[in-house]
Amino acid sequence: MQLKKNIATSESGFIFNPSTGDSFSANPLAAQIILLLKDGNSIADIKKTILEQYEVSESMLEKDWDDFISQLHAANLLQS
Amino acid sequence: MVVAVTGLNAIDSPGPGVAVIRALREGLPAPVRIIGLSYETLEPGIYLHDVVDKTYQIPYPSAGAEALLARLQYIQDKEHIQVLIPNFDAELFNFIKISPELKRIGIQTFLPTPEQLQARDKINLYQFGQRHQLQVPIDRTIYSAEELYGCAEVMGYPLVIKGKFYDAIIAHTLEQAQKAFHKLSAKWGLPIIVQQFITGTEINIAVLGDGKGNAISVIPMRKLYITDKGKAWAGITLEDDTLIELAEKFVQATNWRGGCELEIMRSADGQPYIMEINPRFPAWIYLSAGAGQNQPAALAKMAMGETVAPYKEYAVGKMFIRYAWDHIADVSEFQQISGLGEL
Repeated sequence: MQLKKNIATSESGFIFNPSTGDSFSANPLAAQIILLLKDGNSIADIKKTILEQYEVSESMLEKDWDDFISQLHAANLLQS
Repeated sequence: MVVAVTGLNAIDSPGPGVAVIRALREGLPAPVRIIGLSYETLEPGIYLHDVVDKTYQIPYPSAGAEALLARLQYIQDKEHIQVLIPNFDAELFNFIKISPELKRIGIQTFLPTPEQLQARDKINLYQFGQRHQLQVPIDRTIYSAEELYGCAEVMGYPLVIKGKFYDAIIAHTLEQAQKAFHKLSAKWGLPIIVQQFITGTEINIAVLGDGKGNAISVIPMRKLYITDKGKAWAGITLEDDTLIELAEKFVQATNWRGGCELEIMRSADGQPYIMEINPRFPAWIYLSAGAGQNQPAALAKMAMGETVAPYKEYAVGKMFIRYAWDHIADVSEFQQISGLGEL
């Protein structure tokens, strides 16, 4: 799973899709995940980073992760 | 350079004139003198003296090409116009018709041919798309409301009911379609165009063709804020090769000469449908200058015989946000343009 190559992101959580003109505001954690995805980190590594940095159980992370990825798909931000 | 420009009606459904002028002033070497050509006495551009140096009223298109030529001859004796850029659909036919005479008196234009103008007319759009393998919605040209039932059987609801020149109404039932038919035919006359409804994202593309099949500039824009009249009040440039290729294909197929705007609907599966082709610059054309491809300046240069190389790059994510501004003018100016036809 990869973020589309031309998606523009900023550390403040602003996301811009130059193909559609859509823009989104991500909260700090979502922004961090998106930046990690953009840098080419694997999903396993990203999940590991989150588990290390935040007080969250693995099962809760898995559930929230699926929701989050669905949102990225719906927003047309992922490579198909 | 002395350039004459129409479309000074910078109102809520704006003409492109003021945007074209801003781009010309930015993109052409100084000094640039702008001669405004107006139809109405309250076109805002007339009163913006840092935008337009001098304005002359010209006869309405319905007065015919001869009246227009006579008026332009009078203006030319005083102003020595080098390039003229018309910006209204309804006036284009007359300007194209008199362009050889204009050339003889020293005024260059850079306009499509009558055939190009006719081919992209909304009445002919479907056949045009078929001929050039361009994706356009199915449509039918009808002359009576009885034909609507047949249209609905083929296209399904909703239907888009379009006036011959302007306006479109979306009809979800036969009754709504009949009402729209009568409203639009009363306003614009017959025929009425009934078009298949395509859902998706509305995208516009500003295009400049050199008349030899080359697209000199292509700028795709998505409307971010749309007024109740369907006009873009804010928009952003997009990066999408399929849109660029579509515009290039259109220019190549038609040898389009001059500026135009492709109105696109990109369906949910990503297919770009051409909904309409406007044969002149759009009102948001200043964004082309903002994004690095100054189409009005390039057109003026080509009109003067210069060769302009196709642009390759533009800034993606460049936005325009239109605004309303109360300009103060004295009644003496209104009196002068109303009484003397020039200001």
